[in-house]
Amino acid sequence: MNPYANMAQLRSGLDNGDFSAEELVHFYLGRINAAADLNCFITVDSDRALAAAKSADKAIADKRTGPLTGIPIAHKDLFCTEGLLTSCASRMLHNFVAPYDATVVDRLRKAGAITLGKTNMDEFAMGSSNETSFYGPVKNPWNQACVPGGSSGGSAAAVAAGLAAACTGSDTGGSIRQPASFCGVTGLKPTYGRVSRYGMIAFASSLDQGGPIACTASDAGTLLNAMEGHDPNDSTSAIAEATDIDSSRRPLKIGIPSQYWNDLDSSMAKVLEAARHTLESLGHDCVPVELPHTEAAIAVYYVIAGAEASTNLSRYDGVRYGHRTTSPENLDDLYQFSRTEGFGSEVKRRILTGTYALSVGYYDAYYLKAQQIRRLIRQDFLDAFMEVDVLLTPVSPSTAFEREALIEDPVGMYQQDIYTTPASLAGLPALSLPCGMREQMPVGMQLIGPHFGESSILSLGCQYQNETDWHALHPAYEHD
Amino acid sequence: MDQQTIDKLLSLCQLSLQPDDREKLLRDLSSIVELVDFMQSIDTDGVKPLAHPLEVNQRFRPDEPDTSFEQERYQAIAPQTRDGLYLVPRVVE
Repeated sequence: MNPYANMAQLRSGLDNGDFSAEELVHFYLGRINAAADLNCFITVDSDRALAAAKSADKAIADKRTGPLTGIPIAHKDLFCTEGLLTSCASRMLHNFVAPYDATVVDRLRKAGAITLGKTNMDEFAMGSSNETSFYGPVKNPWNQACVPGGSSGGSAAAVAAGLAAACTGSDTGGSIRQPASFCGVTGLKPTYGRVSRYGMIAFASSLDQGGPIACTASDAGTLLNAMEGHDPNDSTSAIAEATDIDSSRRPLKIGIPSQYWNDLDSSMAKVLEAARHTLESLGHDCVPVELPHTEAAIAVYYVIAGAEASTNLSRYDGVRYGHRTTSPENLDDLYQFSRTEGFGSEVKRRILTGTYALSVGYYDAYYLKAQQIRRLIRQDFLDAFMEVDVLLTPVSPSTAFEREALIEDPVGMYQQDIYTTPASLAGLPALSLPCGMREQMPVGMQLIGPHFGESSILSLGCQYQNETDWHALHPAYEHD
Repeated sequence: MDQQTIDKLLSLCQLSLQPDDREKLLRDLSSIVELVDFMQSIDTDGVKPLAHPLEVNQRFRPDEPDTSFEQERYQAIAPQTRDGLYLVPRVVE
């Protein structure tokens, strides 16, 4: 069995009877077990996965299949899964067994996907290296001394190492796209509102968006089709036309924003330039565009995300669920000790930063100012999309960096998100896909589309992947 | 950013700190504030704040009776409950 088979290949293998869903689940469970050193998983749900595989095999025998029937996937550990630990990689939720499924989990299960388990991540999705997890760092299967990116590092590394056919992730400021690029896989952050946030543990509510991490853009589209759509349980989820990948080659106008390309390291620029030439050779036209407020995105993002996080994380009080300190003498002790013991240092830093930005005397200078610049950043994109269909940019300033290189330098870590936060602030869909290698590590490119323009960026991604093999490269890491 | 501001923030956030961590936190928060101060260089005169990327109105569900949360199931994950109530240290003597 090929551990790096994409979902389309698995679909035909299952339908042709080359292997059963049960065999497939056994195969992946064996690989997950053997790859324990990568630390991709927080929880493995073997029993329920095998039971679901039996049901899938029956559905396949009865010819009652959908595109995902029998496909083994894993969920980032911030999607609530009924009866299964949902820790958010935090000590605060180390004992939290969700009483209900997230809409994303529910929809993927109803579409036939089998949940293998829950993947590791940065604590509360706050991080760009997967080093802030209470359960320890995830290793990058391309080079175990390097980080897999974050915060959906476990999901990206699991797909890259062939431990699941695909995974869910979440993206607040780049948490799907950057790990996808560091691990050489394909990740999609949908338009804000495309995918329901119900049951997805909140970090920054005006930015958080769930999405797929997969081997190909085509697989990401298949998963998105199952995940997307309005949900009465999330009043911010949009009513929008379903994503439709169009394989016809309508020539597109692709914007090249100078603010993303000018300061790029020359070895990264060389890889990105080659990707741009490939897209041009496919008949698309690349033209320069300007997004003048890009440089402010990191500052704006860390104020808004921090402010929303400080509000969202005030719910962890040691009373209703999660970690509770032992023997508090009074109510303040209960709150304070439970929170101090339950949260890690990065989470505390963000809560404090956000509280600072919201506090009396600083609100106008920080929070309000950030919201004003957020509008300017969004307007830059709206103006650009009057001229072009999609934008082509790098995902990250570098390839995966070594563990501990930035963990003591929060600002240096935050600056890793320079190319991903602007689309998050504007609520735009963005696809990260492998486009080359630098010093044996994968490089990703980012295609940003207009609001609800997933069809365009996924179609372009499919065209690119039909023409290139970067997505078909796999790490030499082998654990069998 | 100074130690007094840190104390105020910690109290607002219901967090506490080991004495050894204070210097590092002050350093980190100061560098974060320096990073976000870049915003002050942007002219935002007359720009309306943007709170939500899509600026659509939130949609309300039809006002129809539906099943509600089951108290017992939701309280099963609470650290301490009794008779359907969440327990906390005594607040009123």
